[in-house]
Amino acid sequence: MRITIRLFARLRDIAGAGELVREAPDGASVGAVWAGLVEEFPELSPYQKSISCAVNADYSRFTAAVADGDEVAFLPPVSGG
Amino acid sequence: MAALTAITTATLDTEALVRTLDTTGVGAVTTFIGLVRDHNLGRRVLHLEYEAYDALALRGLDLIVTEAAAEWPAVRLAIHHRTGRMEIGEASVAIAAASPHRADAFAAARYAIERIKQIVPIWKHEYFEGGDVWIEGATADPDNTEARAHARKLACA
Repeated sequence: MRITIRLFARLRDIAGAGELVREAPDGASVGAVWAGLVEEFPELSPYQKSISCAVNADYSRFTAAVADGDEVAFLPPVSGG
Repeated sequence: MAALTAITTATLDTEALVRTLDTTGVGAVTTFIGLVRDHNLGRRVLHLEYEAYDALALRGLDLIVTEAAAEWPAVRLAIHHRTGRMEIGEASVAIAAASPHRADAFAAARYAIERIKQIVPIWKHEYFEGGDVWIEGATADPDNTEARAHARKLACA
């Protein structure tokens, strides 16, 4: 299946793009998508403990399953206000 | 009439924000305006660039309005957050809370800004004298009950 990955702030800088389209095995979890991304961009790995995630613009969990066409976003610690 | 919640690149207009609120039965309106400060952690800040995951950030603001309504049922809340480049002294966020009585309006506005800093996917890119850095604060998890309790505690302090 094909998914769109959205990256923001420092994560976007590290990957060099805010949006990536990647293949993922059927039934893959958000966590598996992140693992694939870290493999591609090892510099992301320190963010493992501090990021949160979203699927289709809604807060999600790393254990959540991803479906074909989903937009999976990884969020570094936020600093709005 | 503008929306109660918004993520916008436009200059924030606090008076317009207040006008989004239904003031029937209201005796107090508090507003909070967050400004771009000229210093941070000993650095001289030149300007900020705010980035957001717009769709989720709007959902986050709506969630805060819902949470505040559960906590202070009589309060009406409006929140606009700006993104993009902002100069020193410009408003990055504006919150308006209307209530029959002042205590709840103050509390809800404080709660809202604390929750924004906890859960809304917005990031500051700070440009300071000598460099630039992404500011990283809280891991955004609306289900973190400890964080929410902390925001409530600050609001009611």
